[in-house]
Amino acid sequence: MAHAPDNANVTRRDFLLVASQTAAAVGGVIVLWPFIDQMNPAADMLALREVEFDLSAVQPGQIVTTEWQKKPVFIRRRTPEEIKAAEDTQLSDLKDPQADKDRVQRPEWLILVATCTHLGCIPSNLFKGDYGGWLCPCHGSHYDTSGRIRKGPAPRNLAVPPYQFVSDTKVVIGAEPKASASAPAEKG
Amino acid sequence: MAHGNYRYEPKSAFAKWLDTRLPIIRLVDESIVQFPTPKNLNFWFTFGGILTFMLAVQIVSGIVLAMHYVPHETMAFDSVERIMRDVNYGWLIRYIHSNGASMFFIAVYIHIFRGLYYGSYKAPREVLWLLGIVIYLLMMATGFLGYTLPWGQMSFWGATVITNFFSSIDQVLPGVGSAITQWLWGSFAVDNTTLQRFFSLHYLLPFVIAGVVVLHVWALHVPGNNNPLGIDVKSPADTVPFHPYYTIKDLFALAMFVLFFSYFIFFVPNFLGHADNYIPANRLVTPPHIVPEWYYLPFYAILRSVPDQLAGVVLMFGAIVIWAFLPWLDRSHVRSNNFRPLNRQFFFILIGVVWILGMLGAQTPDGNFQFYFGIEVPISKLLLTQICTIWYFAHFIIITPIISTMEKPLPVPESIATAVLAKGGAPAAAKANG
Amino acid sequence: MRLLAIASLFALVLSSGAQAAGGGDTARKHPEPQSWTFTGPFGTFDRQQLQRGYQVYKEVCAACHGMKLLSFRNLAQPGGPEFSAAQAKALAAGVQVAALNDAGEPIERPGTVADRFPSPYPNEKAARAANNNALPPDLSVIVKARAHGIEGEGPDYLYWLLVGYSDPPPGETVLEGLYYNPYFEGHQIAMPPPLATDGQVTWPEGNPPATKQQMAKDVVAFLTWASEPHMEDRKAMGVKVFLFLVFLCVLLYFAYKRQWKDVDH
Repeated sequence: MAHAPDNANVTRRDFLLVASQTAAAVGGVIVLWPFIDQMNPAADMLALREVEFDLSAVQPGQIVTTEWQKKPVFIRRRTPEEIKAAEDTQLSDLKDPQADKDRVQRPEWLILVATCTHLGCIPSNLFKGDYGGWLCPCHGSHYDTSGRIRKGPAPRNLAVPPYQFVSDTKVVIGAEPKASASAPAEKG
Repeated sequence: MAHGNYRYEPKSAFAKWLDTRLPIIRLVDESIVQFPTPKNLNFWFTFGGILTFMLAVQIVSGIVLAMHYVPHETMAFDSVERIMRDVNYGWLIRYIHSNGASMFFIAVYIHIFRGLYYGSYKAPREVLWLLGIVIYLLMMATGFLGYTLPWGQMSFWGATVITNFFSSIDQVLPGVGSAITQWLWGSFAVDNTTLQRFFSLHYLLPFVIAGVVVLHVWALHVPGNNNPLGIDVKSPADTVPFHPYYTIKDLFALAMFVLFFSYFIFFVPNFLGHADNYIPANRLVTPPHIVPEWYYLPFYAILRSVPDQLAGVVLMFGAIVIWAFLPWLDRSHVRSNNFRPLNRQFFFILIGVVWILGMLGAQTPDGNFQFYFGIEVPISKLLLTQICTIWYFAHFIIITPIISTMEKPLPVPESIATAVLAKGGAPAAAKANG
Repeated sequence: MRLLAIASLFALVLSSGAQAAGGGDTARKHPEPQSWTFTGPFGTFDRQQLQRGYQVYKEVCAACHGMKLLSFRNLAQPGGPEFSAAQAKALAAGVQVAALNDAGEPIERPGTVADRFPSPYPNEKAARAANNNALPPDLSVIVKARAHGIEGEGPDYLYWLLVGYSDPPPGETVLEGLYYNPYFEGHQIAMPPPLATDGQVTWPEGNPPATKQQMAKDVVAFLTWASEPHMEDRKAMGVKVFLFLVFLCVLLYFAYKRQWKDVDH
């Protein structure tokens, strides 16, 4: 082969080769992002859908399930005993300490995302577990009457979705609570 | 490797161990690293690499689109628009895919005409050429199937017209053609069933293309590359190792091509498409000007050149099938048109004829031929189409065999090395580009 | 670069080829080009214009034409009219959306930003029945679907379609229930002139007078955005990609030249 380049040439050539190929590789990596990000939830999924629920038919002690963001939501009208049990629990007894008053807007109404924090099953309404709340049938997580994890493999309490009481009998799940509703009222 | 006296030597213990079990390092090293490549390849020879890249782009973007697309007549159009509006970067990926199809065909046409000019179809590369024709036919089928999927007006009526090609068989075997079209449709017209099977096949065929591309590259690596001089490699002085010489050259050409490609993606993404395809499919109304995608236009013109259904379809397919006989129709022992001045002129005439056929395919069938810049040529489109079609076939069947036996080619250089030295190291590409 | 020269020649020839389309006696009149803010590689939308255009759509077009691919949330997204979140919410709440109550009975509730624009007719048959058997097309992608689309004369075509109504010239008769419009293919259109008088729409303070031409221009700009809501993202990204690729091409060119410097070829 008719090329016997001297050392200076090799250095210069190597620099150009490395620089150009690095630039090409950087471009290639950046292009990957759209192809990864497209699998994330799309804009229509992200549009916060609000679900209105009429509470008037729910009896004390009853649990109903509705759907919000493709997930089931428990709406539980708690009895005074259940409220007391939830409020009297010592935080030191809890795996994921949180006071009952921080989990409800009105003590009578407990609203929870009904997805077990262990591996995503739906805790059963039929088996209330050792603490009078829910028992997850998949792997035996026990939740109390505030939806807090008390026993079993789940790491966290059942999540509380954003919701807002628009009247005494109507709740909108997905709506930010009044206090933190921060959309500035603009003219027009 | 014909002229490759190079053989891979495993160096490390692991490489030796692997080489006796799965010689994959050897395969890569001998076929794309050290592969001895003629040192006079010009930029027209970079389109093979560009095509490989485009196939990968189409497969990757297509797989992504299939994650969001819904192949159902009531949802296909809206699901494509959902990709355009709501899916993260969906507009980008869809425009890559839709314009990518056009870029793929631009590259393949350059690749084909490069092969025609430099005689790359001649012995010992006939199988390579035939496999290329198979790839091209698969590309046409894939492009057509894909164009159906957005389920706009052009999708629907394009599918209707193309599938009706088969109904022309009724002229010789009554009933058989209609039976085939109904079988293709799974209905009495293009329907949801058609859409769903077209989606399935559109997903399948690119992988078949990828398989044939592997054979195509294999068939390239046995005789080695042709080159602008069209002469065989005679000694190692005629070649350079593929890497880094051609990797860097191909990469540069690819970057230029991607620059061209991105102009379409970002600034005129619908320019190569048709506005009517943003009207949802309507089986009760055919669009007033039904035109195929640009890459089918010359063949579409040939289809319309005869006022007979079966003859038109036969001519149209024949226009591609004729390529398969070219290695035997061209009897000249000289490959490159650089040394065949007469044949070279006919090569450029052929390009002109195909171009005019393409223009005719884009125009409505009646009236006089409309040239560029609003110039109307006083010749009816039908007559011009017929002249061009006759010329097209005559080029392969009559002109090529006659010229290849009559023509006295220019003297061909001794070897690639002597030819490039005679030029004083000036880039051969400049001359060869013609 | 030779390659670039060939590529641009190719683009030029393709572009002139696309213009070559046939005509006829009642072929639509060529729409005279208007100036738009969104053309060219750096074109963007005028937010105020899109907001005015939305109002024209809502108060004039929406009586017969749906835009089923658009949701109220789109009105607040970047690159569009960019109404504030609160404004989009209020606009959504201004429409009634069919829903079911907890007893499973059909009711109507105020719209949310996740809701789509309402359709004026429940189905195609109802739309045809109300319009002398003509179907008012959905306007979601209308600018991409007419006259070679956004990169062609789609916006100009729609502008002239809205303002180009006139009395038929001698020799052309108009069928009962149709209107003469030379910009429409066949010249007879079922849509009555939608923008009949100046001041048909009342815009907030600080906007230009609502002439017919201004209303037509604004609603076409709005429809163009609706057809291609990511146009601004696309062009902005395109400029960056272009700069990067030009830089990469230059680097690769010199690397290529350097690599081949000592080889006669």
